[in-house]
Parts: sequence; C-alpha cells; structure tokens
Amino acid sequence: MDEARPLWATPLQFVFACISYAVGLGNVWRFPYLCQMYGGGSFLVPYIIMLTVEGMPLLYLELAVGQRMRQGSIGAWRTINPYLSGVGVASVVVSFFLSMYYNVINAWAFWYLFHSFQDPLPWSVCPLNGNRTGYDEECEKASSTQYFWYRKTLNISPSIQESGAVQWEPALCLILAWLLVYLCILRGTESTGKVVYFTALLPYCVLIVYLVRGLTLHGATNGLAYMFTPKSGIPTRGSPALSLLAFQMEQLANPKAWINAATQIFFSLGLGFGSLIAFASYNEPSNNCQKHAVIVSIINSSTSIFASVVTFSIYGFKATFNYESCLNKVILLLTNSFDLEDGFLTVSNLEEVKSYLASAYPSKYSEVFPQIKNCSLESELETAVQGTGLAFIVYTEAIKNMEVSQLWSVLYFFMLLMLGIGSMLGNTAAILTPLTDSKVISSYLPKEAISGLVCLVSCAIGLVFTMEAGNYWFDIFNDYAATLPLLLIVLVEAAAVCYLYGLRRFESDLKAMTGHALNWYWKAMWGGVSPLLIISLFVFYLSDYIITGTLQYQAWDASQGQLVTKDYPPYALAIIGLLVASSTMCIPLGALGTFIVRRLKRRDTASVA
Amino acid sequence: MSPSRKILWAPNPSFLEAGKSTIKVLADGRFSVWHRKGVTMSWMGPREDAENAFKVRLSLRTALGDKAYAWDTNEEYLFKAMVAFSMRRVPNREGTEISHVLLCNVTQRVSFWFVVTDPSRNHTLPAVEVQSAIRLPLVAVSGGCSSLRMNRNRINNAFFLNDQTLEFLRIPATLAPPTDPSVPIWIIIFGVIFCIVIVATMLLILSGIRQHRRKNKGPSEMEDTEDKWENTVKIENGIPCDPLDMKGGHVNDAFVTEDERLTPL
Repeated sequence: MDEARPLWATPLQFVFACISYAVGLGNVWRFPYLCQMYGGGSFLVPYIIMLTVEGMPLLYLELAVGQRMRQGSIGAWRTINPYLSGVGVASVVVSFFLSMYYNVINAWAFWYLFHSFQDPLPWSVCPLNGNRTGYDEECEKASSTQYFWYRKTLNISPSIQESGAVQWEPALCLILAWLLVYLCILRGTESTGKVVYFTALLPYCVLIVYLVRGLTLHGATNGLAYMFTPKSGIPTRGSPALSLLAFQMEQLANPKAWINAATQIFFSLGLGFGSLIAFASYNEPSNNCQKHAVIVSIINSSTSIFASVVTFSIYGFKATFNYESCLNKVILLLTNSFDLEDGFLTVSNLEEVKSYLASAYPSKYSEVFPQIKNCSLESELETAVQGTGLAFIVYTEAIKNMEVSQLWSVLYFFMLLMLGIGSMLGNTAAILTPLTDSKVISSYLPKEAISGLVCLVSCAIGLVFTMEAGNYWFDIFNDYAATLPLLLIVLVEAAAVCYLYGLRRFESDLKAMTGHALNWYWKAMWGGVSPLLIISLFVFYLSDYIITGTLQYQAWDASQGQLVTKDYPPYALAIIGLLVASSTMCIPLGALGTFIVRRLKRRDTASVA
Repeated sequence: MSPSRKILWAPNPSFLEAGKSTIKVLADGRFSVWHRKGVTMSWMGPREDAENAFKVRLSLRTALGDKAYAWDTNEEYLFKAMVAFSMRRVPNREGTEISHVLLCNVTQRVSFWFVVTDPSRNHTLPAVEVQSAIRLPLVAVSGGCSSLRMNRNRINNAFFLNDQTLEFLRIPATLAPPTDPSVPIWIIIFGVIFCIVIVATMLLILSGIRQHRRKNKGPSEMEDTEDKWENTVKIENGIPCDPLDMKGGHVNDAFVTEDERLTPL
C-alpha cells in the first residue's frame, strides 16, 4: 500500500530548504576570494551574466524535473528515460562523497565553537615550549592562529604518506556533527522542514551583525578599497578613477574571470547533486517552481556579494591591525636601541628619523637594520586566501583582535555551523530520497533506520579525515570528487530533458502541472546556451588537468612554519582517478545495464513466444 | 648617547659615599665614576662588578600617555629607595641603605644602569642576590606566585607601571605561567551539547516508533470492526445489503446530499 508522499508543510519551507542548501560555505569563503582576484567590481559583470544564463535556467530545470517526477534523482531520471538511471546513481554517488567530507568542516566549526568560550582565545596566544623559556618554535615561525589550526586542530603530518592516527578530539566533533545531521533528517520533511527555518535565517542575522561591526572597525575601508582597486602591474597614470576603469575593462576580457564566474555559479547553487530534485519532489505538483528558482538563485548570489563586503571589511581591519603592530614594533626597536625619548618616534616621523639615525649613527644603525621589518599594508592585504584557510586562520586572526572577541568568535562559528548543516541537509536528502523511494529497501527498513545507516557509514568513513594526514585527503575530495563529474551529470541532464525526453513534451508537462506556460527564454537556455557553457567548462578543466601533468598539494612544514608544495604519491593519484571514475562511469554503466536487461527480457519473451 | 669620558684614577673609593657620584660601566668591564660637577674619575673595579649591574628601561609615555610624569632626580631617589627596600628583605642584607644603590647613565629614553654595593662600598652585590630581592623568578612557576612577585609588583606600582613598561634587562623575561584548568572547557560544552542532541534524537525515534505502532494497530482494528459490521448485516438481514449504503468512505455522503439538494443548472 502506498502512503502519500510526504510534502513540505508550506511552500516557504521548500524555499528555505533550497536557500539553506545553496547558501553554504562557498558563498562566504570562495566568492570573496574570486571577487578580489578578478578585480572586485568588474567580477560582478561575468558573475551576473552567468547567473542569468547558466544558474537560473539549470536550477529551474532541476526543480521542474523533481516536481514533475515526484521522485528522487534515480527514479526521476529513470522515468525520463530508462537508459538514464545511471545519471541518478552518479548523483547519489557524488552526494555520498560530498557528505562524507563536508561534515568534517562542521566538525571543525564545532571544535572552534567549543574553544571560543575561553579567555584568552586559545588561538590568540602561543603556548610555551617544553622548558618554559620561550614560546613554542612552530608557533613562533608561523602565527598563533596558523599554529592552532595546523597543530591543535588538525595535528597535521608533514605529508600525505604519513597518515598518523585518528585524532580523538576532531573525531568526537565529527560524531557530534553527524548526530546533529541525523537529528535534523530523522523524520524526513517533517523535521527538515522545521530545521531549515533556522539554517536559512540565522546566518543572515549573524551576517548583518557582522556587517555593522565590520564596517565600524578601524581599517575596514582599506579592505573595501582593496577589493575594488587595481592590483599591481597597472601603472596609475592620469586619474585613479580612469585607471581603475581601464583595469576593470581589462579584467572583463580575461577568460579566467568568466570561467571562474561560471564555475562559481554552478557549484554554488549545488546543481547536479540530486538535492534540488529531492527537495522539489516533496512539492505540491501545482507549486510555481519557476518563481522559486529565480528567487533562490538571486538570494544565493546576493548573499555572496553581501558576504564579500563583510569579509573584506574584516580583511581590512586585520591587515591594518597587523600593519600598525609591525610599525609599533619597529618604533620600539629603534627607541630602545638608540635610547630615544619614549613617545618621540611616531608613525608620521618614522621615515625621517630613520634616515637621520642612519646618517648620524651609521655603525649602530647597520647593526639594528636587519631586524627592522619593512611594514607594508599592501602585503598584509595580499594574503588573500580561500577555503578553510580563510575561515579558520584569517578570520580567527581578525576576531582575536576585536573587543569581546569571545562573542564574535561564537557568533561566527555558529554561523558557519548553520551554513554547513543547511548544506548537509540537502546532501543527505539527495542520498536518502532515492533510497526511501525504492520499494525494495523501504519495505525492509523504516525511514529512520535508513537515515541512521547512511549517517553511520558516512561517519565511519569520515573518520579518515580526522587522521593526521586527514586534511590532505580532505583537499583531494574537495578538489576532485565533485568538480568534473558534476559538469558531466548536469550536461547529460540538460541534454536528456531537451533532446531525449523532448522539450515540447516537458513543456506541456510543466503547463499541465503548474498552469503556467514555459517562457521562450528558458527553452533557449536549456536547449542551447547552458549546455554549450557546460561543455566549454568541461573541456577547459579537462585540458587544465591534462596540461598540468602531476597534481600537487600544499603540505604544512612544521620546521619552517609554512606551506610547501609536494607531489601526490601514485596511490593518491589512483584514488583521485577512482573518485572521478566511480561517479562518471555510472552514467554509461547504467545505460549499458538497462540495455542488457532489456535485451535479456526481449530474448525471454521471444523464446517464450 | 654620551661619548665615553676621559678616564682618570680615583684617589679614594669613598667618594662614592656622598651619593653625589654615579658609576658608568664600560664595555670592557671597568667602572668609571663621574661627579655631578663634571669631574670624571675611574675606578678599576673587578670585572665581576660590571656583571652585577642591571639596565632598567622605563616607558612612561607608553604606559601613561598624557599623564606621564617627568623623570627627574626625585624619581631616581624613589627608585633607589625601592631597590634598597627590596634588598632589605633578603636575609643578611637588612642594613641596605639608599646610598648603597648607585644609578648611572640615565638617558632620555628613560633608561639607566644600577648596582647595589655592600655596606663597605668595596664591591657590588652579586646579581643573583639583587635578582632574588626584586623577586624576578628565573624560571616561570605555575600556579599563583603572588608572594614571589610581591616586591616586583610594589616597584611597578610605585611608578604606576607594569612588567612591560618597567623592564629589568639582561634578565630572562618571566613568561606568564600557563593556566591549565583540570578539565578543558571545550569538553564540558561538548558534553552538554552531545547529551542534548542524543536526548532529542532518542525522543524523536521513540515517538516515531509509537506512531508506527499506533498506525499498525489502527488499520487492523478498523478492519475487524468492518468485518463484524458486514457479518452482522449479513446475518441480521439474511439478504446482502447494498455495500454502498453500509461501507463508509467509498461514497462521500456530503457530495451525494449536495447533488440531491442543489437544483441542477
């Protein structure tokens, strides 16, 4: 007996679910980096163009497929065309890889959140070394925030070959993260629908608070100006405004800017994982998913831009703070070496006094000179990073210098947690919906047990990322598990709906379902532009990987206190290949499987007849 | 920085008595003494004495900003008094007088050197004694060391300064002892949240199981009563009644009556 498919209690829950899935950590730590790399303001042009040409159409397509087929990704694609069941399986495999490594970020967010309730914050001071005569060597060479991340949180090994043991502290946090995710998805849409109110709205509250705080910080304007100004290499002749404009125009012609904009839109919306199909399958058939697709994509992009303003004001604060401390150190050094009057040397007269001292006391000055650092605001700002480095090293460094830093730290990591959990809800929905739809599995096990099993297996495998070399494996999964396969999956999806299922047929389905006619714009995008874009992205990335040859990674060298580049060992390369292959091969294998099964059936019926 | 003075022999070390002289330590370990009136003399003290001199550095502007006081001879007198006071607390040194503490080479920074001489003024007291008097621990000690740091704190407080703005150089910096609570705080918070999540999960699972049981009981009960109803009807009347009249739910009575009530268009 078929019980009715669970539905979202209100369409608002569906919108919030999509928003909390799409608005994730990438909006906070990837977009600001790209924005700054490609010239700030000028990056918005390719970004918005890609949003309208690629993001919105593909998002609408996925939502429409899910709402129409009312099944998870495997069932939906099988219904579209039996040979496409492999597409659904590939989505599930990619989602499984993603949920395995993504929850580790939530574990780290928990770790930092728990450590934020201390005074002083543990990443603001270096610990003492063994015989208490000075600070720990690694911490001195790097910074206290880097030390806390690499040594205390990850306890990272020097290379990927040295796996080390499972660290029990991050492992505990990972188990807690998975328990929390299980709690949220336990009852399906009933529980998920309530949780998404929090995971969608709370990050915005925190971002607004941070915006107000960030803009009022000393030095925030430096960061914001940096976001929009030309980078080095452009001679500033004539008016600065003109050269700024010239630079921005130049960036528009840079193909990398367009490619990165397209990639960012693509991955930020979470297309191809099957999560959107899963969420939409719980919709009422008459739901206006076109409106929702537009709303979700616009909110996602606005959040990225909003988050980058916050990020850059924090950057500016951090860079200014470091720059001023550097200057103060130089002032103290000179004051002490030359016994000048305390307070005589200030930032404004530093250069003149330096030149005076160099001429008046040349021998003594040359002794002191090697210790005088060249302080530069530009070089502080240029330490732009993305990914976990931004969230856990740069932001924590800025937070430790704010007043009431514990409060800001708690708020920030709580926001990261909300963003991460929101995305995890989508990832797990992508895995669980096809499993619970399958009659075979759901007849044996109730929904709660299936969710529990999936969480347990993912958690157990995810413990690999808590080993000493875990962060290197994390980077492998982050860089390779989803990028190429997703492009292929979405390409096949778009082509399948347009050409295999038939655009006219799909159009009439949608009209019957929602009551609205399909706008010509969507048809044009689905049929032509978006697939072409995806093909070009795919070709670009493939050729990039092939041309680069050996893949390399950044390893933390404890003796130097910085990252060094190393080559992946052969078995790591094999695992990368396996990751990519295991998901992409599902598509042809699924088609082949269906073909063989049909052949066998035909033979059976033929032999019977 | 003052250039090195011309060195002469001092006729009598007792010149140091009146507090009118200050000692300068030269690079090779010799002392030079010069009188306030500008006469310089030198005294070839033993090399060890030079090692018993400490350099002190004050950062008044940094510590006090606008309220910084000027460093004059009265402040120097207070400093000598504080050092003498600290020395008096050392066993066997209770007789230290202010005149036993010698300051020299005061710069604009403000920084100067000082030594503490013994009552006979023949030689200076060893650095270790002076250090222990001012209670500068050589090795950081964990836990509260208030008694050990008392003298240092009093010296700091006399000048409204702290360890960073009143520095005794040539002495390894006392690093703040790490305060390790017995149970790391993060584990406590982790434990609390972990328990909350587990309890909530258990509650949801249990209520889910209860709902399942109710659903399983519900349809089976309904089926029983329906069968009974059928049986009773059949038995009672002997003629099988029209199932449409008896079985609820197959026909929506509301719609049926509506059709009859409303006049067709």
